[in-house]
Amino acid sequence: MDLQIALLLAQDGVVNGAIYALLALALVLVFAVTRVIFIPQGEFVAFGALTLASFQTAKVPGTLWLLIGMGAVISIIELAAASRRRGGRRRLTLALGWNLAYPAVLAAIVLLAKPGQWPLAVQVVLAMALVVPLGPMIYRLVYQPLASASVLVLLIVSVAVHLALVGLGLLFFGAEGSRTPAFSEASFSLGDVTVTGQTLWVIGASLLLIVGLYIFFERSLWGKALRATAINRVGAQLMGISTTQAGKLCFLLAAAIGAMSGILVAPITTIYYDTGFLVGLKGFVAAIVGGMISYPLAAAGAILVGLLESFSSFWASAFKEVIVFTMIIPVLLWRSMTTRHVEEEEE
Amino acid sequence: MNKKLKPLVGCVIMALAGTSQADINVGVTLSATGPAASLGIPEKNTFALMPTSIGGQKINYIVLDDASDTTSAVKNTRKLITENQVDVVVGSTITPNSLAMIDVAAEAETPMISMAASARIVDMANPKVKWVFKTPQNDVQMSTAIVEHMLNNKIQTVAFIGFSDAYGEGWYQEFAKIAEARKLKIVANERYNRADTSVTGQALKIISTKPDAVLVAGSGTPAALPQKTLKEKGYKGAFYQTHGVANMDFLRVCGKDCEGTFLPAGPVLVAGQLPDSNPIKKVAMDYTTKYEAAHGKGTTSTFGAHAWDAGILLQNAIPVALKKAQPGSKEFRAALRDALEGLKNVTVSHGIVNMSAQDHLGFDQRARVMVEIKDGGWKLVQ
Repeated sequence: MDLQIALLLAQDGVVNGAIYALLALALVLVFAVTRVIFIPQGEFVAFGALTLASFQTAKVPGTLWLLIGMGAVISIIELAAASRRRGGRRRLTLALGWNLAYPAVLAAIVLLAKPGQWPLAVQVVLAMALVVPLGPMIYRLVYQPLASASVLVLLIVSVAVHLALVGLGLLFFGAEGSRTPAFSEASFSLGDVTVTGQTLWVIGASLLLIVGLYIFFERSLWGKALRATAINRVGAQLMGISTTQAGKLCFLLAAAIGAMSGILVAPITTIYYDTGFLVGLKGFVAAIVGGMISYPLAAAGAILVGLLESFSSFWASAFKEVIVFTMIIPVLLWRSMTTRHVEEEEE
Repeated sequence: MNKKLKPLVGCVIMALAGTSQADINVGVTLSATGPAASLGIPEKNTFALMPTSIGGQKINYIVLDDASDTTSAVKNTRKLITENQVDVVVGSTITPNSLAMIDVAAEAETPMISMAASARIVDMANPKVKWVFKTPQNDVQMSTAIVEHMLNNKIQTVAFIGFSDAYGEGWYQEFAKIAEARKLKIVANERYNRADTSVTGQALKIISTKPDAVLVAGSGTPAALPQKTLKEKGYKGAFYQTHGVANMDFLRVCGKDCEGTFLPAGPVLVAGQLPDSNPIKKVAMDYTTKYEAAHGKGTTSTFGAHAWDAGILLQNAIPVALKKAQPGSKEFRAALRDALEGLKNVTVSHGIVNMSAQDHLGFDQRARVMVEIKDGGWKLVQ
């Protein structure tokens, strides 16, 4: 192995690591705020990328039907809830607007216009608009009624949601994978190493998202509310922060991060309906390095996973996954030795 | 339920059961979901196109999905045999499932036709295989074709990259055996996962060994990733793929990076380009026309054709078996097995079948052709 190969491997590792970092951040965020280990995080990667790919092959993405269907079910639940109590008319209108009117508008755009001919940036926005609302909808349908359940119950429910979404993914997009065109065809030479425009996009967008999240949590009221909920749910509730709103908001962010990661990697690799799981699992390894609570450690862990993966695929490709996932064991040992075990609080 | 109606309903059910007794039940288990879905879906579509009567007997196809999972495949097989009392089991799509089903089929003395590739499925060393037949070519036939083509094109060193599962491993073993015998040097042996997002490491390793050609052993669209990565990193040598990639989705994903790639495949892939003197052409064109009429132009894949071939074998064997016994009986199943083993010169879409007690596949060299990817399509190499 010479320096050029090492540089190329490092570049590959950092690009993949950047994606894992985004997913790890989303996992830590969801876990901190709602105590949900969000296994379906990876599905948003696949849904985002494949929705964009469907536009380009002039097909109607199945995620549109999912959005309409879930919106309709939530509307029925909200209507039933509203009939049982007085007032709250404004809340109901808002819920119906988001769950019925919004999918209807999107359906009109996707079905009537031909999004495949629009500029790539507009297609990306439209794909995000289709996929991202699925996050809060899943929270409303699945996790909100279980908000006070134990972590174990929430984990089991996550596995169920993951299996359901993978099944829907196969139904919507078929068994074969897709690629999307690159954001830019440019490539630069740094010494012996060529860097493509897309890898810069991935790293740049990841950094931008991480900085954006930092500003969101440090400066904005919404971000501070999420942090407060993460630190102490009951305390935050006493301060007038709605934990339901916090849950929806963090699922919205998680879905947005997932879909964006998918759209970023789709030009570099082929995305399948079930790609998300393995990518999400590697984000999960990174999140565990961060103990499911630390954002910077999770991001560092993600880069480590990416580099480990790329170098082990050079030396021992047959054992690549083994090497990556074995990393969890020393990390767990180290964490269980250095941190005091706290019993989960009962509410 | 009304008291008077009850016996009447009973009678109707009895009558229905009575008629279905005389029908021939074909039980199918295939992998329409899970990792092998891209193979299982065209197979499933193909069963819908099959004739509903053979030799004057009505045929019922009972199609179940095993989700590419071995346990489900075995469970499906048991269900088909005990509940539906099928006369023959067709399936499954992939090798591990088919291997696991052999015991169940043999125990119930029911003939089974597998649509999976491995030669082990019809390895006569296992006495239970007496009941088992299969339609796809053995990997070894395909490997021989690749090695021959490589030697004819003066290739001396080759790098191998395959799936890190039974498909990749099986191909490596077959290919390495033949390559060694023919003095072809394998300089790299790499593995990757179907769901991997990057194979840069493996690609760099391959390039550093400077092979004349690279053989990618993967199936469906995931086989495009190593080739695209190698091209991107500047590899200039020849590419070979396996017959696992023979569908349109692979061409769509791989695009211009796959131009000039060689692969062995069943003749059905290039049915239209076969010479008219080739008897396979007519059968293969018949399947292609029927499938494309139902599912659109360019949708035919070689995998669906394996299911179609299982249907052709049955169409030839069932009339022979009907002369000996009535469907639904143990005797009929045994007669059907004997009839399948006795098939001679049956033209199917993938080749010409000559079964014998030692060979439950029955293909010869006519069952494979070399194909080149040219202008985004398949081109027969003469």
